[in-house]
Amino acid sequence: MSDKINQIDKDLLNEVSNLDNITSGAYNIRKNGQGIERKVTDNVNIVTKTDKPGIDIYVKENTKFEFIHIPVIITESGLTDLVYNDFYIGKNANVIIIAGCGIHNDHHKDSQHDGIHRFYLEEGAKVKYIEKHYGEGTGDGKRILNPVTEVHLKAGSSMEMESAQIKGVDSTIRETKGVLEENTNFVVTEKIMTHGEQFAKTIFDVELNGENSSTHVTSRSVATNNSKQYFISKIYGNAKSFSHSECDAIIKDNAKVVATPEVTANHVDANLIHEAAIGKIAGEQIIKLMTLGYSEEEAEQEIINGFLK
Amino acid sequence: MLLELQDICFERDNKKILNNINLTIDLEKFIAITGPNGSGKSTLVKIIMGIEKPDSGKIIFNGKDITNLSINERANLGISFAFQQPVKFKGITVYDLLKMSAKKKITKKEACEVLSRVGLCAKEYVDREVNGSLSGGELKRIEIATVVLRGAKLTIFDEPEAGIDLWSFNNLIEVFENMRELIKGTTLIISHQERILNIADEVILLKAGKIANRGSSKDILEQELINKKCCKIRKCNS
Repeated sequence: MSDKINQIDKDLLNEVSNLDNITSGAYNIRKNGQGIERKVTDNVNIVTKTDKPGIDIYVKENTKFEFIHIPVIITESGLTDLVYNDFYIGKNANVIIIAGCGIHNDHHKDSQHDGIHRFYLEEGAKVKYIEKHYGEGTGDGKRILNPVTEVHLKAGSSMEMESAQIKGVDSTIRETKGVLEENTNFVVTEKIMTHGEQFAKTIFDVELNGENSSTHVTSRSVATNNSKQYFISKIYGNAKSFSHSECDAIIKDNAKVVATPEVTANHVDANLIHEAAIGKIAGEQIIKLMTLGYSEEEAEQEIINGFLK
Repeated sequence: MLLELQDICFERDNKKILNNINLTIDLEKFIAITGPNGSGKSTLVKIIMGIEKPDSGKIIFNGKDITNLSINERANLGISFAFQQPVKFKGITVYDLLKMSAKKKITKKEACEVLSRVGLCAKEYVDREVNGSLSGGELKRIEIATVVLRGAKLTIFDEPEAGIDLWSFNNLIEVFENMRELIKGTTLIISHQERILNIADEVILLKAGKIANRGSSKDILEQELINKKCCKIRKCNS
């Protein structure tokens, strides 16, 4: 990699996406609002947008098992970075996309990244999308991340999205929208941990428009100290479709978690399920691990690690 | 001697659940505790593990007074406990739980070997989460695997037959019949199953919070039968 990338950058890149793996496929690294490194392959082209900040990523049809890394790092305090990344996935292509944002803020001004990612999957395409958010630094400037993910699935396509925000992000509003045609599947797994005075809000909005479209939305979160989390899930069954949304939260200290499920069936064959469970760690789980030799604190940590794994 | 209970008392809601229990358990023995529901069996073993604290009395383990030690301190001294209702964990896999149970690092292959020894087809289970998708019988076997891996000086089973159907238990009982090979050290097991009582070196009969009898399974069961008959005769005569 070029000398534009220093040790802090490397550490951040490693947190959001394994550095060694980045260079194995197509990639685009964005730092402090600028694209600094890019590689395209025979099947994956990356083009800078001309009308607004961001890139267009084109994956050729029938591309099989390629990795695409789109990490963003912010090390400049006081910067607000807004970026639009659009992914066009050709027919029957099957790719893994790893995005994520790491913020290092050692100063008192807020650093913010708002990434708007739109995915357009053609017939039969498959995407696994992994997104990781991470914040670090000693300053009192806030680390703010507001990602928007929009997914458009054409007939027979499917997308699996994993997002994780485990550490260091002070404030986040995450919006995920899906529009599904027939025979499509959209699976979302979200993991969030908040501490201190952090705030996290996630909004899922999925429209099941095509026959046999389905979605599974799973959110697992841990809220500690005085942090606050809001989980809002809106799923519309507009055709013969299936959805399962699940919000599981562990709450500690003075934290607050609100789960608001909203399922709307606009079709007689729409089968929509929602489950929400919020509570502290079960005492019996701690006792079981204590019988294995763990102290109460160690047991709690193991349970949280497993829950968010 | 491995374990000694001295004058253990435990009272809740004005009911004496354990009433002055004195008990010694020797090294490398297989001891069954039996008795009617509500006789204090589960409370007794929970007091040994430290899950419940006695109102009075002393617990000596391996020559050390452990009465005031925490659950994990007792675990680290060599006491292991299999729960009546195995605990479920979201996100923690069978392999994770087995790794946590073993004192040393174990490979997936070693975890699979232990699962096979408790009668589970290991490859199907090792990566599954220890959650509600597993049946009662499967969870019991995984629970047994966790205590087998600990290889403790004293292993306690709190009524392993509870909560599973007869067919599952008939399959599970073979695991207990082989327990002596699986676990080195002393086993203390609460059970009502004659097959388990029959393989025990000694049976302790608990009634209304007191040790009513102690001896071989044959003696205890015969004595109980006689008592019942006598009881009936007394009732008829009165």
